[in-house]
Amino acid sequence: MIDLQLVVAAGIATGTILLFAAVGEILAERSGVLNLGVEGMMLIGAVVGYATAVSVGDPWLGVALAMLAGGLLSLLHAVITIHFRADQVVSGLALTFLGTGLARVLGEGLSKAGAISLLPRLTIPVLSDIPVLGPIAFTDQSILVYVGYLLVPATWYWINRTRPGLHLRAVGEEPAAADALGVSVYWTRYRYVFVGGLLAGLAGATITLAVQPGWFGDLTVNKRGWIAIGLVIFAQWSPFRAAFGAYLFGAIVQLTLSMQLPPTILGFPNPFFEYHPNTFFLEMLPYALVLVALVLGSRGAMRKRIGAPAALGIPYVRGERGR
Amino acid sequence: MSHPTAGPTRRAFRDLPFELRLEARMETPRWLSPALTVGAIVVALLISAVILAVVGADPIRVYVHIVRSSLGSVGVISDTLVKATPLILTGLACALAFRMRLWNIGAEGQLLLGAWAASAVVLVPLVPEGTPGIVILPIMGVAGFLGGAAWGLVPGVLRARFGVNEIIATLMLNSMAFFWIQYWVFGPWTEGGFQLTKQFPVETWLPRLSDFAETYPVLGGLTIHAGFLLALAAAGVVWFIVERSAWGYEIRLIGDNQRAARYAGIRITRNVILVFAVSGGLAGLAGMSEVAGVVHRLQDNFSPGYGYTAIIVAYLAKFHPLRVVPVAILFGALILAGREIQPSGVPAMIQGTILFCLIASEVFLRYRVSVVRRETRPVGPT
Repeated sequence: MIDLQLVVAAGIATGTILLFAAVGEILAERSGVLNLGVEGMMLIGAVVGYATAVSVGDPWLGVALAMLAGGLLSLLHAVITIHFRADQVVSGLALTFLGTGLARVLGEGLSKAGAISLLPRLTIPVLSDIPVLGPIAFTDQSILVYVGYLLVPATWYWINRTRPGLHLRAVGEEPAAADALGVSVYWTRYRYVFVGGLLAGLAGATITLAVQPGWFGDLTVNKRGWIAIGLVIFAQWSPFRAAFGAYLFGAIVQLTLSMQLPPTILGFPNPFFEYHPNTFFLEMLPYALVLVALVLGSRGAMRKRIGAPAALGIPYVRGERGR
Repeated sequence: MSHPTAGPTRRAFRDLPFELRLEARMETPRWLSPALTVGAIVVALLISAVILAVVGADPIRVYVHIVRSSLGSVGVISDTLVKATPLILTGLACALAFRMRLWNIGAEGQLLLGAWAASAVVLVPLVPEGTPGIVILPIMGVAGFLGGAAWGLVPGVLRARFGVNEIIATLMLNSMAFFWIQYWVFGPWTEGGFQLTKQFPVETWLPRLSDFAETYPVLGGLTIHAGFLLALAAAGVVWFIVERSAWGYEIRLIGDNQRAARYAGIRITRNVILVFAVSGGLAGLAGMSEVAGVVHRLQDNFSPGYGYTAIIVAYLAKFHPLRVVPVAILFGALILAGREIQPSGVPAMIQGTILFCLIASEVFLRYRVSVVRRETRPVGPT
């Protein structure tokens, strides 16, 4: 039988990967910079974090260096799109190519590395006693999962209730007005693209140092950077909705994995157990789901005309009207 | 009055003694664009060399190896052209879509579906066994085109009707196409449980130069097949469509200025769907050419990411259909040589660096860039 409680708990853990990447992308996009290089930054974060843990043995140092590596890579995108005013789409794609190739070069031989020490797992004393929610969300989860719980409300508060958050939104919606107010558009964008890179690096480290340890080349991240970008659209640039989407997506992927094992489901013979090639349709399901979510998210955004930052994708040049 | 965000870092930003100044160019010298492309590639190779040296590989040996094992003899040049064939077709697919500013990143998935559809003609079979090549090969080509076009239609319709971001849609469809192929080669079409189908009969193979070795012994061992001619013809056709036809004028106008195109009465929705379908079809032809010209069966992982490299090919060719051909040959060489290079990520890294340097170099195309000394100004907020 499929243990739904285990499935959801594992879904929250894998959803945390998407959560970090999506929140980082939300911050970058809220400042007006679309960074499609999330996949590349996550791969770099994943390989740097894992390599550090393998060679030094300290997963915390791995997390720190993974974030730094993701952040440094994002600065390339920042320079090229903010100062050089290059097309953000192409630059982001280039970042993914570069990150993928670089990660494969750096990860050479890492797949044969033995067991490493992972980040600690915690059970929160009082909260884990809550019925249903406790065993799922607060029992034996990686410490990064709890960081994710805290990051979401903190990001929401930062964007919507603080002065720097106001400036962030101003730069993303109406850069000329922000500039006139004395907010540096370029500096703000650099900062949030960098934060986005830090979080993408953290997302990568979450894979290799906490949730799914090991190095499997490109498959380590396996398009989750792109899924995170899709999630941002689905979430209409809100951290809470992104968190909901990330955990839901994680749980659904876990469900598809666990559906391959039992010989019967609810008394019916399991088609994925009977005929193994059928499982490939299960593997397609999450990607189809992203398409459906995108249709729903895009329609909503079109209907309400809200969500996407107005200056998203447009380089800012003082005294010039955007494209 | 002091502003809360005018912290120390921001002041430091402003206090740099030099300033990067960009002035929009009124006109671009004719030599500048090719010069910048070459310059960007050189810089990218230098940067890659530094990275290679840092990770402990010998950059000179890697580069010498790439040149020798891709252009060193007639035999390997023929192999390079074999690798270039799917790159030309997928590169054309990307160039056509990109020209309209449609970011079709899905050439890889469309290639896989084209290969699947072409294989279905042989394996289902849709035509009786023993049909001569002159009949079955065109049918496979049409099937490949339609398979790719169908896979391209999905993101086209999603983009045109629902405003769905085509980059993410095409990437998701790439993954789904990958598992679709897996299903067929592990499942219904498997050859003894291995992830490949049985070998196709000889009449479904695209003719190779080595097939004529009995009459002309010089051609022995040359693997280049008729798919290369197909790719060259496709480049000509796409060039004609984009640069010489009325439809191509619409595509270019939408790409350059969508608003103007809409005011001119051009139907954008229809063009988005149509361009996506043709783009997918071209990539599908690449898949057909691979199964009929190279592997002679369907198997998983027969493409080392042609559809992704095609993005860089199209960009390097500045979306120009005829320039796709030489660029694709260059990258075919890189892929061919890259198979034996360790670490295995080197070709991908070089590709990414080239693309990065290329887009960075474009700032010089659009702006006159100068580093000027700042006039001294009172420090701090005014």
